[in-house]
Amino acid sequence: MTASGRTTPWLLSAPALALFAALLLTPLAMTFLLSFNSFSFYGGIENTFGPENYIEVLSDLYFYEIFGRTFLIAFITTAICAVLGLPEAYILFRMKPAWRSFMLLVVLGPLLISVVVRTLGWAILLGNKGVINEFLRDIGLITSPIRMMYTSTGIVVALVHVMIPFMILAVWAALQRQDPATERAAESLGAAPLTVFMRIVLPQAMPGVLSGSLIVFSLSASAFATPAVLGGRRIKVVSTTVYDEFLNTLNWPLGAAIAMLLLVSVLTIMIAWNKLVERRYSGVFE
Amino acid sequence: MMDQPAFNHGQTMAFLELQALNKRYNAVVAVEDFNLSIQRGEFVSLLGPSGCGKTTTLQMIAGFTQPTSGSIMLNGRDLGAIPARKRGLGIVFQTYALFPHMTVEQNVGFGLEMRNVPSHERRRRVSDALDLVHLSHLGDRFPRHMSGGQRQRVALARALVIEPELLLLDEPLSNLDAKLREEMQLELRRIQQEAGVTTLLVTHDQSEAMALSDRVAVMQSGRLIQEDSPFDVYEKPATSFISTFLGKTNSLPALLERAGKRTQIVIDDVRLAGPQTVLANGPVELSLRPERIELTDIDKATLSGDVIERVFLGDHWLFRVETPIGKLLVMQRNLGRRGAEIGERLHLFWEPEAMRLLPRGDVS
Repeated sequence: MTASGRTTPWLLSAPALALFAALLLTPLAMTFLLSFNSFSFYGGIENTFGPENYIEVLSDLYFYEIFGRTFLIAFITTAICAVLGLPEAYILFRMKPAWRSFMLLVVLGPLLISVVVRTLGWAILLGNKGVINEFLRDIGLITSPIRMMYTSTGIVVALVHVMIPFMILAVWAALQRQDPATERAAESLGAAPLTVFMRIVLPQAMPGVLSGSLIVFSLSASAFATPAVLGGRRIKVVSTTVYDEFLNTLNWPLGAAIAMLLLVSVLTIMIAWNKLVERRYSGVFE
Repeated sequence: MMDQPAFNHGQTMAFLELQALNKRYNAVVAVEDFNLSIQRGEFVSLLGPSGCGKTTTLQMIAGFTQPTSGSIMLNGRDLGAIPARKRGLGIVFQTYALFPHMTVEQNVGFGLEMRNVPSHERRRRVSDALDLVHLSHLGDRFPRHMSGGQRQRVALARALVIEPELLLLDEPLSNLDAKLREEMQLELRRIQQEAGVTTLLVTHDQSEAMALSDRVAVMQSGRLIQEDSPFDVYEKPATSFISTFLGKTNSLPALLERAGKRTQIVIDDVRLAGPQTVLANGPVELSLRPERIELTDIDKATLSGDVIERVFLGDHWLFRVETPIGKLLVMQRNLGRRGAEIGERLHLFWEPEAMRLLPRGDVS
């Protein structure tokens, strides 16, 4: 290959690479460096280099609680999305084309609305004087309101609402890759519909569930707007803690350290989960 | 009109009996008034071009599609109300439809598992089935690590292990390359005879249908148009559609005339001695197979003509010859001599009986 032949691909991808470097790699690297600086209440950020921020986070149970809560919320959200999304994707997959495109629009609906608007909508529904509580009180089912705002449950419900399209799309893609004749083959061999779903469709859809849950988990663990509005100051997750460190305490280095720890732990969990599922369903993966 | 099992069962009834089967999709007729009987142990092919309704017929027997009307009787029981999973038929799909997440043994054992066969017996029957298709050494492979021919055998073993009353094959060889397909044809026939299972094959490949089956049923536009042994379908096609669909043929419009007892064929200005026929005088379709035309000397020739195209196919030559009755395809066995060159004059001879006369047009 000639010299120009070798450089052409690089030249062609240069704009994208520049964008990627400027908007992702640079801030990430700067955040990483920032996390090693120190902060004093009077002197502000000092250009020192040491692991104090990491030591502070890792030795304080307060942060463990926040990380634990974040991952629990992300995990439950992912689990609910998988349990609801898988059958939903399968039903959509089996629908007549005209109905399917309409229902797909309904499923993707949440993604068309701004996250803040959508979350405020949930606040109207879930509040102590919200639609759900008022309704339950009016029909006499409850006397005092059920607390749903500022709870982890409320956050999970709202996150499932916005995350489930990602799960459905991922499972959908996996279902389309499978040979529809396998279901008929199982049927002809004597399998009842539920058995066909559990033994034939589900295992073949696992790659979709895997990629769907990776997307849902990482987005849920780093979600900001939903926990900020529905969790308030009381239910803190990692992303809202980082926000507070940056904008309230102005301790940027500590905020940066927490952000880096979130990034690393999410990556670790994702890689481990990926390995686990790939080994378990090795037959299905190419 | 469609339900008469009570009077009809016993010896008079075939093993598989399709009676007045119809399938309509709104205005589209997929299968029309289809009747077919298959005896126990027989290998029958449903042959036809794509869209002729052969796959729909198979789907109705399998239970994946409900017939609009008509009945399907298998061994004296009416399959109409029985769901696909309780029909107990062995089906080999065009794509094989192996379960990608299961090993070969798990694939083959699936049907037995659904029947709650105890595990030791299941293992024995799975290994017997894999022996039958010569795959016993690959039991713990996953399908994606196997070749097309091996997958095909797994699919066959999976269908046969449940000891089905009827084996349905849906274009089973169409995904294999040509050489493997020929091998698998022989293999399929051996396995079918060893298992002794009544088999219905659906295919658009006439050579496959002829090589494998005891009887060939040819379908066109949703209807059964001929049902005969492979030899008879080939030699005595009922319509000109069948004569062109099965193998190569020279199909020419002609006029049939009779002079006393003799028949004569008139094409343009040429008169030829014709074969015995029951057809009335008038326009007919003449079908002459290229392998029935011989090369000969000028004094014995029926007709002569110049070679305008030639193709060498290894075991034979194919010539297109411009004759007074039109362009004729002539097949000549390769005897180790160079074939005629383009422009060379060939003298052709064929027996009058080699010409088959068919009614003009395709309406049966």
